[in-house]
Amino acid sequence: MGVEQKLGNMGIATTTLEQAVAWSRTNAMWPMLFGLACCAIEMMSAQASHYDMSRFGMELMRPSPRQSDLMIVAGRVSRKMAPVLRRLYDQMPEPKWVISMGDCASCGGVFNNYAVMQGVDEVVPVDVYVAGCPPRPEALIHGVLTLYEKVRDMKFAETKK
Amino acid sequence: MEKKLQPIVGKLEKEFGVAASEYRGDVSLVIPVENIVAACQQIQGLGFELLSALTAVDYWPQESPRFHVIYQFTSVDGNLVMTLRVPVPGINPSLPTVSHLYRSANWRERELWDMFGIKFEGHPDLRRILMPADWEGHPLRKDYPLGYEEPQFTFNFEEINLRKPYAKE
Repeated sequence: MGVEQKLGNMGIATTTLEQAVAWSRTNAMWPMLFGLACCAIEMMSAQASHYDMSRFGMELMRPSPRQSDLMIVAGRVSRKMAPVLRRLYDQMPEPKWVISMGDCASCGGVFNNYAVMQGVDEVVPVDVYVAGCPPRPEALIHGVLTLYEKVRDMKFAETKK
Repeated sequence: MEKKLQPIVGKLEKEFGVAASEYRGDVSLVIPVENIVAACQQIQGLGFELLSALTAVDYWPQESPRFHVIYQFTSVDGNLVMTLRVPVPGINPSLPTVSHLYRSANWRERELWDMFGIKFEGHPDLRRILMPADWEGHPLRKDYPLGYEEPQFTFNFEEINLRKPYAKE
């Protein structure tokens, strides 16, 4: 019933190396396991069985930055936390991506004060911003898929290092 | 006022020449700065073994002196609570430390230094405790700016975007 029956024997498929690498990157993207505030609850439920992010190859949240290639900044980042966040980002191996989840991480949200970073993009380069306070799991998954589109179109020449 | 508290408050009133005030059963005494260590010593001797809160209020610009430092004592044995208020002027505010009497005062006094800029003379380690060490200003003072950054809307998006410190990569 699959595509093989319609198209016959597909023993060989041609593609470019760039596309193959991008495909593999998007199908095994491991996010880093850390949450900063209430957004983390939504991130957890996006991971759990009801929304099940492992459909997109993301069943593994890595508790170590050295094993992860996606950082989901889920929650407000206080000014004292910012150097820690940057350090974790620096410890991740290339290529790496950042999703800024929720209003607080994206622009400070309701916390326009001395204690909270006004947008995590002051510390780490952000690829996708997810709006919402907090965003529903669907919104986070949409953000992840938007990132996949971006990664799929990435050229080797654009990849850092 | 709680019956068990009456002789204690009476003793303090006589010792320091102040009048206690009561609001909904909460007793507080206003003590001048120079008597605070002696008062704490007295209170500790009277069975208040716990300094449950040490905080401050900034009454600027309505009142002078602008700060009130508030010490709240609990007696676990006697099930009693009482409060001391110490008015402190706004220019070079400083108090003697009570961290040698109550150990919990150590971090609370550091917090007061951090948030209000109130110095504690004789404190063993008066550093900032909540804000980064290189922070300027004391955020809980009433004259500290309330918001940190102008919110970005459609009409001023570009203008703020230009001076936002994005991470360079």
